[in-house]
Amino acid sequence: MIKAIWNWIQRFSSPKYFYSMSAPLVTWFSIAALLTGLYGLYLGLFVAPTDYQQGESYRIIFIHVPAAWMSLFIYMVMAISSGIGIIWQIRLADMVAAASAPIGASFTFLALVTGALWGKPMWGAYWVWDARLTSELILLFLYFGYMALQSAIEDQRSADKASGLLAIVGVVNIPIIHYSVEWWNTLHQGATVAKFDKPSMHIDMLIPLLLMAVAFKLFYAAVVLVRTRNEALYRDRNRRWVRELIERL
Amino acid sequence: MNWSEFFNMGGYAFFVWTSYGLTLFVIVANIVSPILQRKKVISRIKRAIKRENIELANQK
Amino acid sequence: MLKAYYHLLLRDLRLALRNRHELANPLIFFVLVVTLFPLAVTPTPDALRAMAPGVIWVSALLAVLLSLDRLFKQDYDDGSLDQLMLSPNPLMILVLAKVSAHWLLTGLPLVIIAPLLGLFMSLPTEAVSVLIYSLLLGTPVLSLVGAIGVSLTVAVNRGGVLLSLIILPLYIPILIFGANAVDVASDGLPVTGQLLFLGAVLALALSLAPLATSVALRITAAR
Repeated sequence: MIKAIWNWIQRFSSPKYFYSMSAPLVTWFSIAALLTGLYGLYLGLFVAPTDYQQGESYRIIFIHVPAAWMSLFIYMVMAISSGIGIIWQIRLADMVAAASAPIGASFTFLALVTGALWGKPMWGAYWVWDARLTSELILLFLYFGYMALQSAIEDQRSADKASGLLAIVGVVNIPIIHYSVEWWNTLHQGATVAKFDKPSMHIDMLIPLLLMAVAFKLFYAAVVLVRTRNEALYRDRNRRWVRELIERL
Repeated sequence: MNWSEFFNMGGYAFFVWTSYGLTLFVIVANIVSPILQRKKVISRIKRAIKRENIELANQK
Repeated sequence: MLKAYYHLLLRDLRLALRNRHELANPLIFFVLVVTLFPLAVTPTPDALRAMAPGVIWVSALLAVLLSLDRLFKQDYDDGSLDQLMLSPNPLMILVLAKVSAHWLLTGLPLVIIAPLLGLFMSLPTEAVSVLIYSLLLGTPVLSLVGAIGVSLTVAVNRGGVLLSLIILPLYIPILIFGANAVDVASDGLPVTGQLLFLGAVLALALSLAPLATSVALRITAAR
């Protein structure tokens, strides 16, 4: 029984099978991301009421908060798939982790910049050492470390394993970093700084926020599939299925 | 609501539209870069195949 | 197993004592960096006292970071690392022995010299004792977590900058709590919470880091 499941996993996680099955998924995820994104934007920019405290500038949260969620989510995906890659030696999982890193870093960057742009009218400065922004900055460094290690090691397999282990160590550290940064922040600034996550959020604001979050996730799914397909082609470049596929192109 | 009022964003136009513009940039970059990557990978493999074929021909 | 631990520990200590001048380098670096700050910022005692915890802790962090190289580099170059991995003893124990040696050779000297730097930075006496406690709890974590980083980068050419890039973000919690404990102590407030946190992180690092390091060494060796 277990052996049958194992064989099944092996077959479905082979790069060749993944490559042949993933093309339609990319289309579907892209369409779904586009539709939810456009609807979310419409609700966020036209329907959601003006915030009585922050005026129109709060509309930045419809991208800032989903981007910040994505930055953490993608790091989790990286760590989990790295773990699968290291423990069960599934190459597809390593490819997913490697393909995720640049996307995650770009969303982290986006969360940082939109946070700064939101902060300027609210705090009067582009950068304040707010707990959320600081954690986000450290997360960006973690992504850079992962990518630097991945590209510094020549041999593909050990590059995957080494950077994967780093991702796992990072994920163990993220709660500790987050907690200590929060603690450090309350110590130095008190609770005077306005926070994004107000407990009572108007439902007309919450729905576009959630829609945008879903759209970002779908977008990530589409991009990571395309990137993983590229990784599969490149890493299997000397295998027959890739050769036959390329010759047909 | 008229359009100029909408684009003005209650005086926060610069911050809101820069944020949305940057988001658009990040999304476009995330679409373009894997497509370029794919092209690069395919042309690389094609070149490798060509090189191997030449070597095979030379051996004969 | 305990025997293997002591053997390896003693071997590393003996090897290090053979070139003593190298041994002092991190320590000199530590004192040197701290000395730069009064020169760069201001020598007034009040200003020094305010920045002392941060400056001393950041310098300690950098001194440990620069010394991490010798944890595995030499063993990797001369092949004795491969020998270690072939030994029947669990790799975790051997890693723990090497990390202990590293801490005894760099972390402990930093702790011992720290009161002098507290004097330089006009820290009050209570704060100096807390500085020692916090370094005593914090520097082993720096060695333990650093070991993961070195074992991943030891085979990379010019891996020095890479090592700092991957390790420094992981050091941030230690820096925050270590520096803050000293800061709070110089205001005469209790610091039990901060020291308990450092102790908890040390316990966590002690149980998980050797495991991660031994996995990392196997990955590096498989190349």
